[in-house]
Amino acid sequence: MTTMELTDTNSAAIAAEFVRLRRAAGSPAMGMVMTLLVVAEAEHAEAAVISARQAAQEHPARVLGVVVEAKRGHGQVDATVGIGDGWGGESALIRLTGEVAKHPASVVLPLLLPDSPVVVWWPGKAPADPAADPIGRLAQRRITDAAAGRRPTAAMRAACASYTRGNTDLAWTRLTPWRALLAAALDQQPSSVSRVSEVGVVAERANPSADLLARWLGDRLHAKVTRRTSEGPGITEVTLTTAAGDLRIARPDGRLATLSTPGRPDRPIALKRRSVPELLNEELRRLDEDEIYAATARSLAVAASTSRTTTDRRGTTK
Amino acid sequence: MSAPSTNPLRDPQDRRLPRIAGPCGMVLFGVTGDLSRKKVMPAIYDLANRGLLPPGFSLVGFARRDWADEDFAEVVHDAVKQHARTEFREEVWEQLSEGFRFVPGDFDSADSFDHLRAVIDELDELRGTGGNHAFYLAIPPGAFGKVVAQLEGHGLTDPGGSAGVGGERWRRVVVEKPFGHDLGSAQDLNQILHSVFPEGSIFRIDHYLGKETVQNILAMRFANSMFEPVWNSNYVDHVQITMAEDIGIGGRAGYYDGIGAARDVIQNHLLQLMALVAMEEPVSFEASALRIEKQKLLSSVRLPEDLAGTTARGQYAAGWAGGEKVRGFLQEEGIAKSSTTETYAAVTLHVDNRRWAGVPFYLRTGKRLGRRVTEVAVVFKRAPHLPFDATETEELTQNALVIRIQPDEGLTMRFGSKVPGTQMEIRDVNMDFAYGGSFTESSPEAYERLILDVLLGDPPLFPRTEEVELSWRILDPVLDFWAAQDTLGKRPEQYDSGSWGPAAAEEMLARDGRIWRRP
Repeated sequence: MTTMELTDTNSAAIAAEFVRLRRAAGSPAMGMVMTLLVVAEAEHAEAAVISARQAAQEHPARVLGVVVEAKRGHGQVDATVGIGDGWGGESALIRLTGEVAKHPASVVLPLLLPDSPVVVWWPGKAPADPAADPIGRLAQRRITDAAAGRRPTAAMRAACASYTRGNTDLAWTRLTPWRALLAAALDQQPSSVSRVSEVGVVAERANPSADLLARWLGDRLHAKVTRRTSEGPGITEVTLTTAAGDLRIARPDGRLATLSTPGRPDRPIALKRRSVPELLNEELRRLDEDEIYAATARSLAVAASTSRTTTDRRGTTK
Repeated sequence: MSAPSTNPLRDPQDRRLPRIAGPCGMVLFGVTGDLSRKKVMPAIYDLANRGLLPPGFSLVGFARRDWADEDFAEVVHDAVKQHARTEFREEVWEQLSEGFRFVPGDFDSADSFDHLRAVIDELDELRGTGGNHAFYLAIPPGAFGKVVAQLEGHGLTDPGGSAGVGGERWRRVVVEKPFGHDLGSAQDLNQILHSVFPEGSIFRIDHYLGKETVQNILAMRFANSMFEPVWNSNYVDHVQITMAEDIGIGGRAGYYDGIGAARDVIQNHLLQLMALVAMEEPVSFEASALRIEKQKLLSSVRLPEDLAGTTARGQYAAGWAGGEKVRGFLQEEGIAKSSTTETYAAVTLHVDNRRWAGVPFYLRTGKRLGRRVTEVAVVFKRAPHLPFDATETEELTQNALVIRIQPDEGLTMRFGSKVPGTQMEIRDVNMDFAYGGSFTESSPEAYERLILDVLLGDPPLFPRTEEVELSWRILDPVLDFWAAQDTLGKRPEQYDSGSWGPAAAEEMLARDGRIWRRP
């Protein structure tokens, strides 16, 4: 990877450096499909930009890491600009100190690629209302990760409460394989007995994904949901109770699951917990609103405000 | 689709949820062949790795080998390690390989098929495959008849059980090209398959149709507004569809001799590509709507009267290709000196409809050509008036839009641009959209998509009986003409290995005042 350190610089110089590096590499053409902003705390920033680059493997992007080093002192912008390394995109890690740290959007705005979508990802702590955040406002898609902070459950509640079109959380992304399997398992039940009367979700104690899954199942199936605690890792078991018996997916070790359905032999299935770049990859594949997450997040936000932990309500809340 | 709409967990708006096939298994005939090892087995693993196979998916191998289940698993393991696209993960392999079985046997032996039936029944019990099985016939078409009859004779084509539990139970059959060697044989073959399987259960694999770039032709044509207005005879001068291979026939003499380039490639891949490029907009992307448009296009294709002047064929001669000394076709092992099988074929086709009247489609394919490439080039007419001196536009040719299918998938647009400087000089430039650059390098293999579609019972990407028969109807007169030439002692022309084909092909376009693009 070719990199260049820029000290006490500005957006125009960073943009010029991108072009210069591309020309030096012999290919001024750009096939990039989006700008991916990564807003991280200083100590995690480098790792986050690397994750973003891996995730963006499928979607060559201009990856801009934004780090606030210190809000005091002389105002300065520093950047590490890089391209190449078998990847069609380009990246810059931009470090802000002093007064400019309060205006990160002013640094980022001139560096957004023309027309193509802008995605922002907070790998750690996210703003309380991502859509109102100055950098969040620049993006069509705002990705948070409730599980990354120290208080996952509170973070997830905040994410649900502040849900706006375009917001999404990796806690929801983590559920896709579970949801796909559960839907496929229910497909196989004759409709006469597929009415689910009860849902059980077992997961480690503070697991935002489990809360979202429980809410989604409860809303979709109009069934009573019980959330129980296990040692983890992550979600360990989901049970759907029907008139014909229990459909159960159990994954005690975080990698191999067993699917049990009434009247059929148990079947093994790989259900590995996915890495952050994999999750991000899934997120970047679709940039339109995820209506199902929207409904689930809103419903959870309403439930949280009336502080109920289990649900027996009917219908989704708009 | 297999998903009944009554499932409350399904929602058309929920586009994250991938389509996972219902419980099922696959029986693979011809496990030792290249196709099975290089394409089918790795694709199955990749699907499992992406979480798209149903829990309990089972794979039964059938071949004339004295193997146990473990030996078969070993073969699959090697194939997967060598050819799979996605990373090898132990936990995926563990659960997948538990479902591997092997049935040693002969297509003639009733015992072998009794054994197969027992294995399938056992899998339904043990792995919960639910009576749903796809029979993948990766074997020469000559053996289809026997296998299909055996399957039926042993009740293997009848899924049994009651319908209704998670949709109909199914048995499907998957076949690969060649779909016959002329219209008559294709009809015979279809009859064999139809005698046992309904059309909806027959999946003919044309792996080109599973490629991302081929599906992108539809996206490009029907999701954009800038191409459609010029996509007709007012602006298009002609279309060139090329599939070139740099390799010779290798060890496939037995298959290739008597088949030749036209049957091997033009009848299926190139005519399908032509149909997608030239057809009208389908009403929807449902299988039936696509099929109607493709059929309509194929049935309006007409051959020119003078086949001698509008077709060309050749055989590669010994020589140097890409820095390597190579044998000629007639010197290949297993090929008779007198063989008239062509390794290069080019045809001119017209489309009798308003959109394409007067626009020739030139289709060519060959072995031992300059490099491996498949592309569709839509060449536009020259601007009706050029407000420049003739010398200024001397270097300007025709605008072209090239859809690159493989390798290096993407689109190229060729147009004229001013050369910087004080003089007005206009020259061709190329603008590139590289699929690999703008999207994933690891776009799924065509076989993954197609196998998944077989298991889901989703047919849009598979050619149907009618399309196969229409394609033969187009090609048969050319094949007959060439056969007649043979009897007159006019043999296919020899062309230099590593070149872009025989002189006859150049002449064929020169007659129309055109030249082949160098791909």
